[in-house]
Amino acid sequence: MSDTTTSPKSAPLPVEEIESAVIRFAGDSGDGIQLTGMQFTTTTAFAGNDLATFPDYPAEIRAPVGTTAGVSGFQIQFSSRQVLTPGDAPDVFVAMNPAALKANLHDIKKGGMIIVNKDTFNAANLKKAGYPDGKNPLEDGSLSEFRVIPVELGRLTRNALDGMGLTATETERCKNFFALGMMYWLYDRPMAATLKWIETKFKKNPKYVEANHKALHAGNAYAETAEIFGHHFRVNKAPIKPGVYRNITGNEATALGFIAASSVCGRPLWYGSYPITPASDVLHELSKNKNFGVKTFQAEDEIAAIGSAIGAAFAGHLALTGTSGPGVALKAEAIGLAVMTELPLVILNVQRGGPSTGLPTKTEQADLFQAMYGRNGECPAIVVAAATPGDCFTMAYEASRLAVKYMTPVFLLTDGYLANGSEPWLIPDASKLAKFDAPALPPVSEFKLYKRDPETMARPWAAPGTAGYEHRLGGIEKQDVTGNISYDPDNHERMVRLRAAKVNKAAQDIPPLEILGEKKGKVLVIGWGGTYGAITAGVQNLQKAGKSVSAVHLRHLNPLPPDLGDIMANFEHVVVPELNMGQLLKIIRAKYLVPATGLNKIKGQPFKVTEIEAGVDAILNGGK
Amino acid sequence: MADNKDEMEILPAAGPIVQTAKDFKSDQMVRWCPGCGDFAILATVQKIMPTLGIPREKIAFVSGIGCSSRFPYYMNTYGFHSIHGRAPTVATGLKCANPDMQVWVVTGDGDGLSIGGNHLIHALRRNVDLKILLFNNRIYGLTKGQYSPTSEIGKKTKSSPMGTIDAPLNPIALALASEASFVARAVDTDLPFLGEVLTRAAKHKGSVFIEIFQNCIVFNDGAFESVVAKDVREDRMMKVAHGKPMIFGAKKDKGIVLNGLEPEVVTFDPANPPKNLLIHDEKAPSATLANFLAHMGEPVPQGVFRAVERPMLHEMMDAQIDQAKTAKPADLQKLLTGPETWTVAA
Repeated sequence: MSDTTTSPKSAPLPVEEIESAVIRFAGDSGDGIQLTGMQFTTTTAFAGNDLATFPDYPAEIRAPVGTTAGVSGFQIQFSSRQVLTPGDAPDVFVAMNPAALKANLHDIKKGGMIIVNKDTFNAANLKKAGYPDGKNPLEDGSLSEFRVIPVELGRLTRNALDGMGLTATETERCKNFFALGMMYWLYDRPMAATLKWIETKFKKNPKYVEANHKALHAGNAYAETAEIFGHHFRVNKAPIKPGVYRNITGNEATALGFIAASSVCGRPLWYGSYPITPASDVLHELSKNKNFGVKTFQAEDEIAAIGSAIGAAFAGHLALTGTSGPGVALKAEAIGLAVMTELPLVILNVQRGGPSTGLPTKTEQADLFQAMYGRNGECPAIVVAAATPGDCFTMAYEASRLAVKYMTPVFLLTDGYLANGSEPWLIPDASKLAKFDAPALPPVSEFKLYKRDPETMARPWAAPGTAGYEHRLGGIEKQDVTGNISYDPDNHERMVRLRAAKVNKAAQDIPPLEILGEKKGKVLVIGWGGTYGAITAGVQNLQKAGKSVSAVHLRHLNPLPPDLGDIMANFEHVVVPELNMGQLLKIIRAKYLVPATGLNKIKGQPFKVTEIEAGVDAILNGGK
Repeated sequence: MADNKDEMEILPAAGPIVQTAKDFKSDQMVRWCPGCGDFAILATVQKIMPTLGIPREKIAFVSGIGCSSRFPYYMNTYGFHSIHGRAPTVATGLKCANPDMQVWVVTGDGDGLSIGGNHLIHALRRNVDLKILLFNNRIYGLTKGQYSPTSEIGKKTKSSPMGTIDAPLNPIALALASEASFVARAVDTDLPFLGEVLTRAAKHKGSVFIEIFQNCIVFNDGAFESVVAKDVREDRMMKVAHGKPMIFGAKKDKGIVLNGLEPEVVTFDPANPPKNLLIHDEKAPSATLANFLAHMGEPVPQGVFRAVERPMLHEMMDAQIDQAKTAKPADLQKLLTGPETWTVAA
């Protein structure tokens, strides 16, 4: 970044081409930060950059105004090359108030640009943000490592909207668009998409359309004429696979994956759920799409949510229940019932920081053991996990397919980072989605409730209403083949082993792992879930530096991919980065008896690329 | 289905369906204690089933955990023996997924009122078309004799050797508070009357709650004997019927009048009936009269307390889906594409 330009005022300001940029907006949770971020994202996507976003918002809807507890943030990385994460340290940071500055300063790149809403840096707000009396970071030199650009956002917005007859509050609400207009100028972006969005959003209130348009234009013009930035940047189009794209969050993609699965297998979708952060958006998305025959049921509690799904699965629906870790804890007994009755059921866990209520709006990967083992008895279920926001579509579809094909509960693990993060998504061709359904029902004369399909070991799925197949299911141990109640010791052991064998059968559906890098070398990094981007970017950086590092990313966690053991055997060290205390690590150590090393972070925040690089590099150097 | 023969099998038989009680008996041995009240209830249910004109594949019994919850295994219909307290949730999913099914829930005072109390009230208030039968024996049977949420205060059991200190709840009042659209009570020793109540319940459209006084011969024998014994029941219980005056007694010589807001037993002489004798109205828009009966004490009312109609959950769910389909036909590709796209050229 360079700011030495001294061009004459009349000439257009120069443009500097840069490869990538990371920017973060932050302000009070009522400041419209998420909205501003999403608008910048849409415009960036339309401009042809690759990108990834990460919203970071507080658990409180409206925490006390002006405090660090109420700071909401939105970060985006965009680039003319492949983008795998929302970026480590922002190059440009927009702080709407002192609390936003205080809460985020430690993340901002040294030498980076900080645009602050100067109007808010008064004694009262500084005090609310927790700055000592009489201390103003804009004046005391504490920001000398950054390029600080104070902008009177409030006053300038008021000037721009003067005479429109808006109330002070209405005017105040437009200041985020003033800031967005400035950012559009800084990154040489067209404003058409946002102008159109404003028209649609406020179509019932033309005054707001005009006000927000004015604020956006005013911010843009201010950035140019006041020459506060000196010059602007251009991030060229990224070499992205050709096709039609949209922006998608993980929760949206999850919902679409479920609807697609329901459409393709021809079974109506049932979603039993109880509102919980960060999974509620899946319930909202599905509820919007009842025209697909989607039945959403907002239950009285987590147990009723899964109970209703089990009832719908019994009735022949594609049945799902969605929640986060605390909800899965409540559903545990019912998951056991679905395992025992061998009904297809997808349990979505959008993981958050735990234990207990933990960190509801923050991300973590600490529910893998819960999915694997968190029930009474020997109670196996298939476990899959999505790697990116867009991959949530693929894995929601995969979870549904496996559940129906193998007649078993399947856990789909995503996390808060994937759920709310977004990325450009190559829109799939609906006609090319893989067809699937349960094995065909045998004729009545050959029907036995627990007589298994030879290929999948699935039992027949005879829905109530079908004459001749009347049967009773239940949670008491089943006699092999007949499905009658049985307390026979030998039968119990046989059934425990059969249930485990059936889940393991799903390994035959897992495609070979893709190895990032050489097939043989010093270190193999094994990741799973939402850490994909950071791990991939970190490993690519190490590879560019000539290090002998490869990576595989697991999307199937139970059963594990059948080729994983052979792949590991070709490396001297195995490193498993996880946002937990080492859960996949312990599974891998136990199953393969390899001395794998963990690389763990439990801060409620995703990995930074540099953390992966440093952690893996330490192992390369230390040889351990 | 390609095979015509199979297709024939799944179609309902033309004309009236001929089924007998035997058609509803499964091949499983019934395993309740000899003398258990559950036998009589099972026999009565099996007896009324053929009279409903519903083929057995369109009927499902769903239960939780407890002695009563073994019920589905003995019915040759579809059935689901789920987990403790959760039967209404499974039944809700089943009913809404396949509204053609007639879904019965069999539960007990522990399963339905203790661990599953939350699901019970929500299934009733949503007006899910479920026929919920609560076998109330005022004790935990399957866990061998602890007090239940309907055990009388002071009751000595294995878990309350000095007597319970928990006040019992009133199942009928709870069902009424939950806005169940059909609320009734019957007794396991008066089978013709139980059969009548069950038949009416089967024909009711909406959430049904029936409390059935049921004797546990092992852990709480005679729990209701003081009111249900043959020699006293006419005087200590009262059968209510819609539009009929509230009279009872072996000689039909007693009636109920309102004294302030409390019931008062008065002598009933048909030649000179008391002019303020209460008339039962199960269809009253408010549940006031039903609540009055629920809290009456003796005579213990039985029969239908309340029977009103309101939209059922599955109807409203399907109506919204139809409405959504009419407004916007399902197009998966359009959904995946979303409102805003951009094209990356080759």
